[in-house]
Order: sequence, then C-alpha cells, then structure tokens
Amino acid sequence: MHHLLRLFVQRLALGLLTLFVVSLVIFLSIELLPGDVAQQVLGQSATPENLAAFRRELGLDQPAHTRYLAWFGGFLQGDLGNSLISGLPIWDLISERLYNTFFLAGFAALISVPLAVLLGVVSALYRETLLDKSINVATLTAISVPEFFVGYILVWLFAVEFALFPSIANLSEDASLGDRIYRTFLPALTLTLIVTAHMMRMTRASLINLLALPYIEMAQLKGASQRRLIVIHALPNAIAPIVTVIAINLAYLIVGVVIVEVVFVYPGMGQLLVDSVAKRDFTVVQTACLLFAATYILFNLASDLISIASNPRLLHRK
Amino acid sequence: MKKFGSNLQIGRRGFLAGSAALVGLSQMPRAAQAQPQKGGTFRLSVNQGGTSDTLNPAEASGSQQIMVGWALRNNLTEIGSDNKLKPELAVSWSSDDAKTWVFKLRQGVTFHNGKSLAPEDVIASLNLHRGEESTSGAKSLLAGVEDIVAEGSDGVVVTLSAPNADFPFILSDYHFQIMPVNGDGTLDMSGTGTGGYTLDSWKPGVKTVLKRNPDYWKDGAAHFDTVELLLISDSGAATTALVTGEIDAVQSAEYKTLGLLGRDKNVEIESISGGFHPTFAMQSSQAPFSDNNVRLALKYGVDREALVKQVLRGHGTVANDHPVAPSMPFFDAGLEQRAYDPDKAKFHLKEAGLDSLSVSLSVSDSLFAGAVDAVTLYREHAAPAGIDLQVTREPGDGYWSDVWMKKPFFTSSWGARPVPDMIFATAYSKGGDWNESQFSNDSFQQLMLAARSELDDAKRAQMYGDMQAILRDEGGSVIPFFRNFVYARRADVHHGDDVASNWSLDGYKAIERWWKA
Repeated sequence: MHHLLRLFVQRLALGLLTLFVVSLVIFLSIELLPGDVAQQVLGQSATPENLAAFRRELGLDQPAHTRYLAWFGGFLQGDLGNSLISGLPIWDLISERLYNTFFLAGFAALISVPLAVLLGVVSALYRETLLDKSINVATLTAISVPEFFVGYILVWLFAVEFALFPSIANLSEDASLGDRIYRTFLPALTLTLIVTAHMMRMTRASLINLLALPYIEMAQLKGASQRRLIVIHALPNAIAPIVTVIAINLAYLIVGVVIVEVVFVYPGMGQLLVDSVAKRDFTVVQTACLLFAATYILFNLASDLISIASNPRLLHRK
Repeated sequence: MKKFGSNLQIGRRGFLAGSAALVGLSQMPRAAQAQPQKGGTFRLSVNQGGTSDTLNPAEASGSQQIMVGWALRNNLTEIGSDNKLKPELAVSWSSDDAKTWVFKLRQGVTFHNGKSLAPEDVIASLNLHRGEESTSGAKSLLAGVEDIVAEGSDGVVVTLSAPNADFPFILSDYHFQIMPVNGDGTLDMSGTGTGGYTLDSWKPGVKTVLKRNPDYWKDGAAHFDTVELLLISDSGAATTALVTGEIDAVQSAEYKTLGLLGRDKNVEIESISGGFHPTFAMQSSQAPFSDNNVRLALKYGVDREALVKQVLRGHGTVANDHPVAPSMPFFDAGLEQRAYDPDKAKFHLKEAGLDSLSVSLSVSDSLFAGAVDAVTLYREHAAPAGIDLQVTREPGDGYWSDVWMKKPFFTSSWGARPVPDMIFATAYSKGGDWNESQFSNDSFQQLMLAARSELDDAKRAQMYGDMQAILRDEGGSVIPFFRNFVYARRADVHHGDDVASNWSLDGYKAIERWWKA
C-alpha cells in the first residue's frame, strides 16, 4: 500500500505539471485566434472608438504575459476569475452547467459501463455464436452512426412517434431527481449507444486473449465451468485494460458531448464552451479547458491506480 | 409647431375598426376571435444569444437580449404591430425645427421597484449610449445628440447638432430601453423596468423566466401569466420541440422543412415580409469597382427572381439595389425594378473598357441561411455576361472583424430599420463608420441632410424617392432581395390582425402582444 501511495503522490505531481503545460497551450492557442472579445461582442456595430473603450474596460490592452499570470495565478488560488463579457464570476457561470454535465455523464455511465462489461463477458462466453455476433453488430452499428443522427432517431422514435420522453431537456431549477432522469433519458441513451461498443469490445478481446493462456487451460482441465472460468479466473486479470478503456470513455462523456447537448438543448459545459469560443470570452474558455484537462488527468490517474492495485506483481514490486 | 404622438393613436386601423362596427356585422367573427385572453405560460424559443449575454441594453445584439429587454422595459417610442411609430413612455413629442425635441413623459408609470418614471431615468438611460467611455453598439445613432435635459417633472428636451425629423423613430431602437436610476445616480441594469413582465430568473443561454407585471401601464398588453424564453440554437431541435408541444413558438423556421411543418394542424407558420436584406458590397473607391459601369454590370448580372425562388423558397421579395423595403415608409413604388439582363451587363463591361471581369465575392453561411447558395447561384447568373465571380467561403467566426469592409467585394446583411434615414445614415453616408461600399455621392448626401430637416412628408417622400434612385443606379451594393421573417407557433397561440415586420416574432414583442386561447 505504501508503494501505491507514493505512486499516487508522484502521479499527482506529474498531473499538476501537465496541467501547467496545458494551461500554457490553451492560453497561447486562444491568443492565436483571430479577433478578440470586443470585436465579437460589438460585431457589425464596432467602431474604433467603442472597440478601444471596450478593451480598456476589460484590461485587454495589457500584454499577454501579464494577463496569463493574472489568470493562472488566480486559478491556482481557486479564483476562477470573471467572464470577460458578462463580468460575472466564472464559477457562477459554470457551476450549474458543470453539475449538469456530470449528471448526464454519470447517468450515461451508470447505464453503459455495466451494460458494456456484461455484454463483453456474455459475448466472450458465447464467442463465435449468433448471440456474440448480434451483440457485436448492434454495438458497432450504434458507434458507427454519427451521434447527432442517433440522437435524432431516438427523438423521432421516443418523442415524436410514441411521445414517451421530451425531445428537449428543458430542466427547471427545482426539478426533482425523477423529473431530471425523465428529461435526460434520451441524451443519456444516445451517449450510452455511442460509448458502449468500445468498452464491450475491449472486455471481450481481453477475455478471449486470456482464455488462450495455460492457467486457463489448467482450470479447464480441473473441470471448472465456462462461466466460472471467465468470471472467477479470467475477469480479474482483464481488469487493467478494461478500466483503462472505461476511463477514456468516462472522460469522453464529460468533455466530448457538445453535439448531443446541442441536439437535446441540454445546458452543459459543451454549449458554454462553444459559445465562449465564438464570443472570444477567453477567461471562460481557459477555465473550462483547464477543468476538462484536469478531468482527463484525474481519470487517467484513477485508472492507473486501479490497474496497479489489481495486479499483485505491480503492487508488490521489489 | 408640429405635434406628434397622442394624435397618432387613432390611426387608419382604429378608424376602420370603428366604422366596421357601425356598418354591420361582417367583421364580427374576426373581432371575436381576436379578443385577447389573459393567462397561461408562453414557452418561446429564440436562436440568437449566448451564456455571456447581459441585461445591459448597450450590449444587446441578439434576440435573447432584445426580447427579454423589451419584456422588462419600455422605450420612449415603439414601432407598433402596424409598423407605425407609437408613443410608449413618451405620450407625445414636438419640434419646431427637427433639432430641438421635447418629449412629454407618461404620468403615473412606475418601475418594478416602485420608483416613479422621471426625466432623470430617461436622461441616464440615453446617456449610457453617449460619450467617450460608452461601449454601446448604438453610440453612433446618438452621435448627433448635443444635450439632453429635463424640463419640469415630465419633460425631456433633446437638442441635436443638426436637424433630424426621424429622431423619435431612432428612440424606438432596442438599445434605448429606459431603466431607473439608483439613489447614487447609477443605472439599475438588473432588469428593473416599466415593462409588462418582471424577471423571475435569468439564465442566459439556457432559460429565462418572466412573470406578468400586474401593474403594467399599457392597456391590452402582457397577456401571459408566465413566459419561458429558451435559447435553442439548433433549428432541428427547436422545430421538433414545437411539433411535440414542448414550446409554443420558434423564432425562425427553416425553409427546407416548412412544407412538412405546414402539414401539422397544431402549428401555424408566419411569413412576414420585412426589411432584412443581404448586400453584395463593393468597395467603390477601389478599382475595378470605382467605375460605375462595373457596378452596373454586377447589378444586371444577378437573377433576383431566381434567388427569391430558390434560396428563399419564395419567402421574400426582390430588391432594387437600395435598402428601402416595400414595408417601410417612403418606399418609392414607382421606381422601375431592375431585371436580370446579361446583355446589359456585358454592355456596361464594354463601357468600362473590359471584355471580361474576374472578381471574388466573400460570403459565410453565418450571415443568413442560404448565403453561400445565393452567391453560388449569382456566380452562375453572372457567367453569361462574361463575369467570372469566384465564391470565397469565409469562416463565420470573425466575419465582421476580418472580412466585412476588409475584402474588396463581400456579402453583408442588414436588419430592418423603421425609416430610410436610419439605414442611409448608417450604411451609405459619406465617411460613416459602416459605409461598407465606400459610397460617396454629393447629391445623395445633400438630399439626406435636407430630408432630415424637412417636416413635410410629401416633400420628404420626393427626396427619399430620389435617393433610392441614386442608390439603384450608382450605389456600391448589389441588393438582391428582402427576406421574409419566417417563424412558427402552436395554433393555440394568437396575435392581433397585424404583425410587425421590423423584426421576427411581431417586432420582437410577441411576449407582450400575443396570447393563448
């Protein structure tokens, strides 16, 4: 355990370093975008005078490194700063959206992760049968179709034809959990269809790989049933690759769902990020990107730790 | 002295309604149907705006900000459903010379916070758009204002540096909403106003909830109990939500799916001809566009009828290379419409000493739906005249800062203005900040100034007619069509006999004008 703790601290430090590099990359790439917030807000009604007044007001006339230090320094101290356009604290702007994004991702993960692992185990168990092939064809079809299309098909089926679920996720502030689940069901289902195949295929492939190893043969010779073989003998050794894939997909559920958000008018982080890039609201973009990067780093860290903990050879390394 | 305002209230419409009641019953069913009812929740979807939108009217630009702003607040004047100028917080206005304007404020109007409307509120609200430090998008509209002072307890006197007969129209612009001043003299921009609705929750980019103001001063307005305004940028999602009954009205419907939408009995589609128009603007101070023959060749080289039919699917009217729409006052119906004529285009090219012309026209689909299609068709129309028009697709992001008025020949788009002077002064005036075609014409300039100081409408009509002709024949912009506002609502949502054509959704005032029954 001591080893694991040291590893955790090491990885966390590395993660912070990565975050710093990412923050630089984000800041520099945003600097490269043509136009600035003053031009975007004023649009067609920009004149040299009101542009200059706008920039002065927002401190955009300061040099880039001054603005970077002010922003990153604040971020490290937990001060996310204010939106350039509305002047509101960024935390107020994103807290609810962040919650919405995590809620949707969590909801989709709760359906998709058990489903994918179960389907993976089943298809490994009955590999090369009709069941295995049907599962593969179904999940691969779902992942091959663009996600907005999956979304529209579900809307057509469940909102227009059968009127079971709302076509847009019009959330009210004081919605109960049940209402929330009802209103986010279609987007969660869309995301489930998109991420399941990847995780299911990895589960299946890792299991089938293991099934060719001598210790499985030994278990077989002992007379272990097929089910026991897979669940007790093979699955624990397949945890590392499966967890890695799950981590990647969970991160995707949080940072990569812009299109699903648009289709279902879901007020999450993706829409905010698109808006902010379009309006050149730099501080919001930087903060959102940094939060996304932190999410990736944390998920990777968690999956590494779980992989190591699941493998006694790595855990008790000499 | 010419007096405006309260006497305008009984217009043609009021007269007609009155006489119909005298004559007989023929109008009865319609009148009964048009009886507004109070109550209900109006869920409206708009498609312009974002999370960073504020309630500061100086920064207002999209429908989310404008519609919420007008639900919460009023202007001094407004454009009514019949497209006429109406008194709002000002009951009347007068001027001797179109230079000094005296506005009499409505008595007994209170803001949502209980404060009574006073001249100080009007002065501070208008001054938000003036002065060195102002970041307002409407700064240039008030550039000619020299001074704004109070006169007694209910008067505001605005002094202009030069006459402007349309000044009361300018004050109907969505930027000039009236807000109350706080005790310390600052403006309360939190959403407090005199409007028909109070702000319940403001979540820009997601949902805004408004509650009816029970003390609203305006009669026959603000019928819904609650209004939910959602921002839905994806038109597919908005249309589906309308069909499934999750929203009651959408700001714009896509031409491509109108046929299908029209089949739904629960949905009504509106197609209102308005003044929104694209321009293909040439920098007419630069070669080759400095030669009017080249400009004329490009004007004759576009088949406007085809564009209206194919790009707008019929939801628009052809334009005549000037920005005055048929729905606007002083539109000159007698001015001959320019038609597609490749031979004439060729003739003008020859006059300019050219056999052929190769130009590239910048465009982006972010300007309006079908913008790239329109330019692509234009390319085909111009080819027989010996004009090689290259279509340059530009990113929508940054179009206004990097392409507009930067490239020699580019597509632009303009919203409707209530009077010709506002668009002339903004986009065609010599030395103006937004004179996108670098248009410079002395007689146009003189007519513009003369028309501003003229208070006789007949003489003004003559002048504006002349100006439309000048733009048609010498202007630096090809103006192919005026686009209709096309939007849809559930059949249980009703509006009066007229629907304003200055903006979508009844001049962006559906919230206070429409009702559910």
